[in-house]
Amino acid sequence: MASSSPFATLKNKAIYAVAWLAWALMNVRLLREWGFDWDVALADSAVNNILLAIMTLLVSNHLRYYRPKKGKYLYIFAVCGIKSILSMLAARYILTQLFAGHTKYLDFLHKSMPVRLDIAFLVIICIALMSELWYTLQEQKEREARQADAEKLAREAELFKLRQQLQPHFLFNSLNSISALVTLQPAQARKMIQQLSDFLRGTMKKEENQWISLEDELQHLQLYLDIEKVRFGHRLNTDVYSEESVRTMQLPNMLLQPLVENAIKFGLYDTTEPVTIRISAQKEGSYLVIAIHNPFDPETSSPKQGTGFGLSSVQRRLYLLFGRNDLLATSHTDNQFTTIIKIPQAS
Amino acid sequence: MRKAIIVDDEPLARSVIREYLLPYPDIQVVQECNDGFEGIKAILQHQPDIVFLDIQMPKINGFEMLELVEQPPAVVFTTAFDEYAIRAFESHAVDYLLKPFSQERFDIAMKKWMDRASPLAAPATHALLEEAAQSPQQNQRIVVKTGSKIKIIPIDEVHYLEAADDYVKIHTKEGAFLKNKTMSHFEKVLNPGQFVRTHRSYMVNVHLVTRIEPYEKENYLAQLKTGAQVPVSKSGYAKLKTVLGI
Repeated sequence: MASSSPFATLKNKAIYAVAWLAWALMNVRLLREWGFDWDVALADSAVNNILLAIMTLLVSNHLRYYRPKKGKYLYIFAVCGIKSILSMLAARYILTQLFAGHTKYLDFLHKSMPVRLDIAFLVIICIALMSELWYTLQEQKEREARQADAEKLAREAELFKLRQQLQPHFLFNSLNSISALVTLQPAQARKMIQQLSDFLRGTMKKEENQWISLEDELQHLQLYLDIEKVRFGHRLNTDVYSEESVRTMQLPNMLLQPLVENAIKFGLYDTTEPVTIRISAQKEGSYLVIAIHNPFDPETSSPKQGTGFGLSSVQRRLYLLFGRNDLLATSHTDNQFTTIIKIPQAS
Repeated sequence: MRKAIIVDDEPLARSVIREYLLPYPDIQVVQECNDGFEGIKAILQHQPDIVFLDIQMPKINGFEMLELVEQPPAVVFTTAFDEYAIRAFESHAVDYLLKPFSQERFDIAMKKWMDRASPLAAPATHALLEEAAQSPQQNQRIVVKTGSKIKIIPIDEVHYLEAADDYVKIHTKEGAFLKNKTMSHFEKVLNPGQFVRTHRSYMVNVHLVTRIEPYEKENYLAQLKTGAQVPVSKSGYAKLKTVLGI
């Protein structure tokens, strides 16, 4: 893909035109000082510089579409050399035709050819190198932008995947509960289908990294808890507490669900007694702090085992979002496992 | 009249099975169990003809429960989704029901059982349990029965294993427990980086080894942090050295 030309903007075009005009006028002045008439001075300068300007544009354009990698500078030199010779030959031919009988001028024209060629070469190579620099920078910028885009996409995909991780157990067991309720309590079955649908819809929300209020997140979480309670009604109790003042605080959506899922699994499968999962939210400095407690049996499982998929996925999400690894912490007492998550609030 | 037991930690999941059993008037559900502990007791007490068994349950899973039953009855497994379990089922052609399942699918499993085809065959059940024991959940612990009590031993708490006739003696800080398995079973199931078969009759938790001393000719003794000494044969010594990186 060709980069944009340095002459693409009106501003650059104007600068280029003005520079050539100034240079052409300097030539006119020089020829006048050397004793040539206005018509000769103007014609010489115009023919010479218009041809040169065309050549520089050609060289610049040439480098835009053909980007040599190896022996680049040698190549540029050769191209510039040929272009300057071509432009000077053309200029000599045109001026010789124009001033056919003007021997003083023709003499001067032929004598000055080597100098004219040198100047033409210098001007063309100067423009060529500037163009080369421009295109190289342009390419680099594009590469960086592409890289940044790729990284952003990868990060978004990973975040999406992390958010989407839903235990298939949960889904199939919920469907199995519905299957039971259909004959036992049809109204209850319909209600559970509704809850499950609302929950899944919330999970599949399009807005990827959307932040939502604690109140909305807890509402979504409640759907999940209600479904789990239908499954484990006799054993599962939940206690969700948040102060009025923190309910409007923001957090990345679907952040709590995997932690609560982890706590429920840990609590329900590690004991046979009724289980209470406690969730509390409060403000600490500029952080929204949420604590999730679940019971466990210290005799049969080390709390380390609690660091299942739920915790590591949340840890990874927090890292991708904030670049920090210290926002999720776990602790335990004799038979209570606690997960604490801190969410920085934009002040 | 034939007796059935349903073991599942979700009441609604049990009621589905009870409902699907209505067309079978000669089968009576004698008990419903919330977990594996209740399941073992119920099987001992009722000697059922068939057990409908969930896999994922509190404390001990369905496979671990079955391991503790001396003579397992016919079993139809029910599970929602469990990679390891399903792999085990498929490789041993034991019938299982994936939740949620239909009456038709349930009837097929019942027919298989009544034809004495699949859910019963004891060797298949045995092979299935062997396979299931290698799942990441189960190879982190050993479930044993002491008297009427069930004990779950986390793998890190095992000091060493010792062959004892048809059993394996599992030595822990709370004493030794017997498990109705072979040494080669444990060699297959346990992490080879942590448990090394140092001797025909011994496997040791290498994290606890403090010293290896020569003992008689070509034989050694591994000294454990706990003070216990475990025999090490010549080939066991080589294995131990590889694992310990010495």
